[in-house]
Amino acid sequence: MAARMQSRKSGFLERTTASFVDALEHTFYAEETARAHGLLQRLDPRVKLLGILALIVPAAAARSFAVIGCLFAVTVVLAGLSRVSFSILLKRVWIAVLLFTGVIALPAPFVTPGRALYQLPWLGWTITSQGLASAGYLVLRVETAATLCVLLVLTTPWNDVLKALRVLRVPVIVVTILGMTYRYVYLLLQTAHDMFESRRSRMVGNLTGRERRRVAASSAGVLLSKTFDLSSEVYLAMQSRGFRGEVHILDEFRMRRFDWIMLAGFTLVSAAAFWWGR
Amino acid sequence: MSRTNSNGTGQLPVYEVCDVTYRYREVTALKHLNLTVNPGRRVVLLGANGSGKSTLLRILNGLCFPDEGNVYFCGRPLTAENIESDGFGLEFRRRVGLVFQNPEVQLFSPTVFDEVAFGPLQLRWPDGEIRRKISETLEMMEITHLKDRSPHHLSMGEKKRVALASVLVLDPEILLLDEPTAALDPKSESHMIDFLVQSKGSGKTIVTTTHDLDIVEDIADDCFVFHEGRIVAAAAPTEILSDVALLKQTNLLHAHLHVHKSGALHTHPHLHKHES
Repeated sequence: MAARMQSRKSGFLERTTASFVDALEHTFYAEETARAHGLLQRLDPRVKLLGILALIVPAAAARSFAVIGCLFAVTVVLAGLSRVSFSILLKRVWIAVLLFTGVIALPAPFVTPGRALYQLPWLGWTITSQGLASAGYLVLRVETAATLCVLLVLTTPWNDVLKALRVLRVPVIVVTILGMTYRYVYLLLQTAHDMFESRRSRMVGNLTGRERRRVAASSAGVLLSKTFDLSSEVYLAMQSRGFRGEVHILDEFRMRRFDWIMLAGFTLVSAAAFWWGR
Repeated sequence: MSRTNSNGTGQLPVYEVCDVTYRYREVTALKHLNLTVNPGRRVVLLGANGSGKSTLLRILNGLCFPDEGNVYFCGRPLTAENIESDGFGLEFRRRVGLVFQNPEVQLFSPTVFDEVAFGPLQLRWPDGEIRRKISETLEMMEITHLKDRSPHHLSMGEKKRVALASVLVLDPEILLLDEPTAALDPKSESHMIDFLVQSKGSGKTIVTTTHDLDIVEDIADDCFVFHEGRIVAAAAPTEILSDVALLKQTNLLHAHLHVHKSGALHTHPHLHKHES
């Protein structure tokens, strides 16, 4: 959809909206993956959340390439057993993280003091082994942590991820607000998208920059006004069913033997990674 | 202060609306309105868009309160103070359910299951009871297969059914329905009408707002016609529907040019569904 929208000449806000819609379409893919019959999909979301955090922390703290590499390998195995497509991981995580973190890590080999490995011709900048190691650590750590986070999202319905946050003592009201935000962001994005489509359908020729900014500002105003109306209506609907300022939710998760075994597994791997990566 | 007058059957009216006026800033939505709803009756509030029906429904649900006049629920004044009180407030929410016209505002939970569970959880029912009632209600509304779905994946008809389920799970004695058949496809509309027809004799008091004249006879025992914030007629549905002058005056019926099969082109009054 985003590609179709961008194929026509469009303004900043249309492109932004299209990107949001595109991003939300990815979440549909995530929901499909979350329903697949894989290893992580079978796990209680609380165990998955804690287990993945237990792998992220040593990956971020380890001072050994071998340990971080092993954790990355564990992550890849988990992805394979959970039927998560490697091509998706490659495109959405590994390459994106490499580019993003690569830019951040780029100066490190030149500015970190240490043993000189190579000097760039013409520029005369020196690459140090310590600097190269720092950049390598950063990239590998971020690759591992990002892959683990994406695995959590791709193998768990988002609502279950939110509910699982309760195990980390996140207050019920925060979980509820996040759930409602996730629910209504679709509706508002759809509304914004429809507004822009409706405007385009009545447009002949191109608008000047000033006109485009004016239209964008007025659209934002209308959307804000609709958001206010919607939020008051939602509040009334909540009141109508007994909401009195305090939210109660139903705990649907049940720990099974498999969950306990996996929790023990995550704990063991995490402890070992901490020990070897000191 | 409670009211003790009865309606001749020994039972207090469910609602007594006495000389109620309600304003949205400069716009007066309800003007000196008087209305009584008796227990077990199926009442239809009939009127064109903007006639004040939905505003009255919100007042009957204790979501807003009149600028002038009083509303009594089972003899007790329906005021903000009473609604906020733990005893009366929780009891009122348990006994009265409102289904909004736009299901998007009513479906605020992440999944259908959570949506249906919301009401019972706020009323602090035990977990086991909540699960049992949710299961029964989903089955009754034939939406068990949607249990884990997110509302944004549902069709309008499915959303309306989930919205109704989220209220019916509380088994309210009084059901307030705001335009239940608006914007529905024929099959979903038929489901909704079947539900309303079957509710006859269930003992529930049902107040429905609509401008769909086709369904009034099937779903109403009593009918009130609204026009510009006033009740201009109150009678049995057959009587209201046979009063063409009244229906035309209240914009529920209109004449327009059309072609018959014979090819004749002329105008005469028609019944129409006015989509909001």
